[in-house]
Amino acid sequence: MKKVKADPKGVLTGVHYLDGDFAIAEGALAAGCRFFGGYPITPSTETAERFSARIPKVGGVFIQMEDELGSIAALIGAVWGGVKAMTVTSGPGFSLMQENIGLACMMETPLVIANVQRGGPSTGLPTLAGQQDIMQARWGSHGDYEVIALAPDSPQECFDLTIEAFNLAEIYRVPTFIMTDECVGHMHEKVVIPPAEEIEVVERKWYAGPKEEYLPYKLDKDGIPFMIKAGDGYRFHTTGLTHDERGYPVINAECQDWCVRHLCDKIRKNADKIIRLEEDEIDTAEVVVLSYGITSRVATRAVQKARQEGIKVGTLRLITVWPFPEKRIRELASLVGSFVVPEINYGQIVYEVERCAAGQAKVIHVPHCGGWVHNPDDIYNAIKEAVK
Amino acid sequence: MIINSTGELTMTEIRFSGFGGQGIIRCGLITGKALALYDNKHATMNQSFGPEARGSACSSQLVVSDDRVLYPYITKPEILVSMSQEAYDKYEPELREDGLLIIDKDLVKPNPPRGKIKIYAVPATRFAEELGNRIIANLVMLGFFTAVTKLVKPESMKKALPGLVPDRFLELNIKAFDKGYEYGLQTLEEEKTGATKAKAKKK
Repeated sequence: MKKVKADPKGVLTGVHYLDGDFAIAEGALAAGCRFFGGYPITPSTETAERFSARIPKVGGVFIQMEDELGSIAALIGAVWGGVKAMTVTSGPGFSLMQENIGLACMMETPLVIANVQRGGPSTGLPTLAGQQDIMQARWGSHGDYEVIALAPDSPQECFDLTIEAFNLAEIYRVPTFIMTDECVGHMHEKVVIPPAEEIEVVERKWYAGPKEEYLPYKLDKDGIPFMIKAGDGYRFHTTGLTHDERGYPVINAECQDWCVRHLCDKIRKNADKIIRLEEDEIDTAEVVVLSYGITSRVATRAVQKARQEGIKVGTLRLITVWPFPEKRIRELASLVGSFVVPEINYGQIVYEVERCAAGQAKVIHVPHCGGWVHNPDDIYNAIKEAVK
Repeated sequence: MIINSTGELTMTEIRFSGFGGQGIIRCGLITGKALALYDNKHATMNQSFGPEARGSACSSQLVVSDDRVLYPYITKPEILVSMSQEAYDKYEPELREDGLLIIDKDLVKPNPPRGKIKIYAVPATRFAEELGNRIIANLVMLGFFTAVTKLVKPESMKKALPGLVPDRFLELNIKAFDKGYEYGLQTLEEEKTGATKAKAKKK
């Protein structure tokens, strides 16, 4: 993996007052994103708007596509053309993107997609928050594959994690998601953008060997194949069909086994390197509040109240939602009495927690169907119930 | 409202309200930026995203704290700024009994005082028109707000303006802010002398 310093052209160094949507665009530009293709949808439109104003000034391209299907297709083309690319959307647009997200996974195309989640299903709540697309991020497209998804809890983290998303996408050649929500997307807070020389950016894993030996899907020592840029004179083929190392279709069970295992294992086997968690007072905890995104901020309010009453409560915030921190949850399940899982949906990540807890710890879900954040008292009550 | 162990107010909730087109969202942005960037506070600004359009009630909300803002929305604001009757009618009931109500004198007719609510009024729109453009009424209001709440430094507010108001109107916006600020100081002064006079009369 080759790390370089960010190109100062894209870095708006300074202290700003930005909303999460704008911060995503700035994070992408700092990470070297030079292509944006998207279709505007509330509450993510501000990201597209910011790109349209800023990306031409740093030598990049903004295209308002005809729809979300085309958006991902354009991104795949741009990436194989040699640039870093992203798009942004919300629930209904995310659904439309799924088919080509599968194609990007199969072609091992590094790209970044931000989903500023709103309440669903369908058109749902265009202007109000939700965390209801978390499972869709994992397996919204058909077939077996793994992705990476990050959940920022503030405009500052929208900036920071967008850079990280681009880096992870390049390292593992996988679509990487920023799963934020309307609340964080539209929330204005202080955002510090560091100087370019303090921002580390992962370069694409370019192939530099002899042209006649290039095989687009031959795994390198680290399990990730090299990429080339279309037009640089390399002969290559890529497809959505099950393929061998040459990138040509091979339609049989053996090749399928190799292909699918590779797509999944490159993430699963590196999960420890990818996953980032934030833990607080977890060593002495009887109950652990597990949350992600905006919900973890609201949950902290409840945790503070419970701690004032002497309840031993720890917190675990998923900065990385996918891959899921299975190992850590299994470990904790044998150490703590219960998990409290608030999320702005009617039950998604809680099933992952239950699966990993495997009956060793009690799991209490605190659902919210979307449209607002939790009342901290609902989380507080669940903590009380957990220690009863 | 969160009060720390030494009895200081460590969190304040503010709602700016008026009708779409008055620069209400801008009020939240300018104040939030001033507090977060120049006054060393945590300030989280949210605006209402609904079917609001030019002419209907609209608002922005700001949570200000010494520590990180955890709950991003206001629940029971200490300060309500209203620049239209409709917005006042809609949001007044949520204001705390000991809250601060700041209104445009000519555009809002408040109900008889509720609880210990303190009312400050400024003819923001009229002043703006006198300065040549009613579009800067929000800046007159912000100047007045800065003086009577003492929540944010006036220099910080002015520092926050570039980037949030068009460059060519920066000077006019500052003028509007100063006008409102002076009127605010004057209001406080009158309040003080009024109180002294009342006291003297009592004696």
